Amino acid sequence: MAMLQREDPLTARAASRVPNWMRLVNGPQTLGRGSLFWVGFALAIGAAAVYPAFADGWSVGNTAYFFCWVFMALGLSLIWGYTGALSFGQTAFFGLAGYTYGVVTINFGAAYGMTIVGVLLGVGMSCLGAALLGYMLFYGRISGVFLGIVTLSTTLVFATFMAQTAGSQWAIGDARMGGDNGMTGMPPLTIPWAGGDIALYSGVPLYYLLLAMLVLCYLGLRVLVNSRFGNVLVAIRENPHRAEMLGYDIRRYQLIAFVIGSGLAGLSGVLYTAWGQYISPSNMDLAAAALLIIWVAVGGRKDLTATLVGTLVVLGIFQNLTIYGSYYAFVIMGLLLVVIVVYLPEGLIPGLVRLVSRLRKRKEGMS
Amino acid sequence: MEYIHFAFTAFYQFGDAFAFLVLSAMGLAVIFGMMGIINLAHGEFIMCGAYVTVATARMGVPLPIAMLCGSLAAGILGIVLERTIIHRLYHRPLDSIVATWGISLILTQGTLIVFGSSMSGISTPLGSFSVGDYTYSTYRMVLLGVAVLLLIGLYVLFHHTTFGIHSRATIQAPHMAKAAGIDTGRMYSLTFGLGAALAGLAGALYAPTISIVPTLGANFLVESFVTVVVGGADVFLGTAPAAATLAVIKAFLTGWQGQLMGQVGLLITVMVVIRILPQGLSGWLLKGRS
Repeated sequence: MAMLQREDPLTARAASRVPNWMRLVNGPQTLGRGSLFWVGFALAIGAAAVYPAFADGWSVGNTAYFFCWVFMALGLSLIWGYTGALSFGQTAFFGLAGYTYGVVTINFGAAYGMTIVGVLLGVGMSCLGAALLGYMLFYGRISGVFLGIVTLSTTLVFATFMAQTAGSQWAIGDARMGGDNGMTGMPPLTIPWAGGDIALYSGVPLYYLLLAMLVLCYLGLRVLVNSRFGNVLVAIRENPHRAEMLGYDIRRYQLIAFVIGSGLAGLSGVLYTAWGQYISPSNMDLAAAALLIIWVAVGGRKDLTATLVGTLVVLGIFQNLTIYGSYYAFVIMGLLLVVIVVYLPEGLIPGLVRLVSRLRKRKEGMS
Repeated sequence: MEYIHFAFTAFYQFGDAFAFLVLSAMGLAVIFGMMGIINLAHGEFIMCGAYVTVATARMGVPLPIAMLCGSLAAGILGIVLERTIIHRLYHRPLDSIVATWGISLILTQGTLIVFGSSMSGISTPLGSFSVGDYTYSTYRMVLLGVAVLLLIGLYVLFHHTTFGIHSRATIQAPHMAKAAGIDTGRMYSLTFGLGAALAGLAGALYAPTISIVPTLGANFLVESFVTVVVGGADVFLGTAPAAATLAVIKAFLTGWQGQLMGQVGLLITVMVVIRILPQGLSGWLLKGRS
């Protein structure tokens, strides 16, 4: 809840000169405000921008791979962290969009910007799926634990369905579903260009494209959560009954947040599919769904920046652990989740922020 | 005669589905109904029961005793987890789901590390019998009997024993129960352990019919979630009628279109049911009472 502050006329006048969207980017629903944060933000983007000049090709491609996942995590932060709706089904939309991208691009090829159509259709399909499922759930007043169970069950059934599509009768046009082995052979993202199409295989150009998309998405979501709409979402999370009594149709807000978040899961799905030219049911099974929850919960689900940083860090740790065997990596991820939920339910980064501000206050009190 | 054969086939398929739904959901329902926690490590308690059963049976222990061992092992695991982790999360039901998911991940992957990707199973006991032209597995009918006995046994346990009265008191009014001298922490542990043991029993009973892999619990998850959501918070007035209703749908769709369509049908049913009856069947049946 925004605190009431008496504004002194000078800052009010200064603020009126600042464009509206900038105030939204810097609003009360996001940690990290003020010049120090934005200097750090600019430095981080600068570092990310020069990174490919210093790193080998594999690392750049791998970082691009990490970026693919962050959209889905930010989407879950919006649904779970900001709106308070426990959705365990985001990987279903990830898979739905990935398979849609595959079907479109395998059938129509990569020329004439068809891969971009594939991206849009993939994201559109996951928004549509989320709208259908979300309508049933939110307008059915399903909340709390039941929401988690129904979304998870839907995901598991969808993964089971895709896993049994092994035969040749399971194909849409030329695109074989492939059952447990998944769908392969789709082209990478291809930008139509005057002197011949540019195919973005895992490499430096794709890295920059994903980085730009990520920054845009992050800033866009900051504007969204600090807008009037975002404030209502937080009000619903804090107390749905109160929000309703204040006259908001909470079902509509929850549904819209769910569709946006699932669209972002879909975006992750198409980007991942285009990156690796591969999508399979294991991308949405129980373990995949759990990993997503871990990325978002560990960083801090109630803040976009915390989710972003947390996701990248946990992905890095996870990948380094898989060197010793993926089973061990999963066990350690599970332990991490349990420890975080029990001792730091807000997540690591908000916990750290609180610790720092408490120390600073104590220092001020002493001097 | 044809009609009788057809009726028996229908009954057999219904009974098979009913037993599966009741047995796989019972542990989850006890924990959810009594404590309001959805235990996402439910599948791993089932897995634990199946593994211990197969391991002890292969050592030469008679199958029924091996099954009890499996159930007991899952129950002990449940009590240990409740004492170490779950009891910290009672005032945070949403966090408890996430935490149990973490536990589930640890147990599944830990089992993979220790026992490898699969374990050789045991064969289905008791052979088969035939009615008309078709043969049926005797064991499946035994499972139906066990499911019904289990429902009756739990009813007696919760309504006619001191443990049942204490645990229901703890659920309904924890402070009053505490004031009346009931050790509520112990009741929570025992109830959670009972739920885990029932899940383990489901794994033990189905161990001879499935392949023994660390992710076997996932095969039970959808059915158990759906049954508990449709049933609502009351274990008896919820789970039993929900399982009966869902068994009809599942048996019909599975017989008609295969197992996957059975699951899809259950999923659609659950959405429709929550839309109409947000408190589940038991909330609807008990509406007059509260």
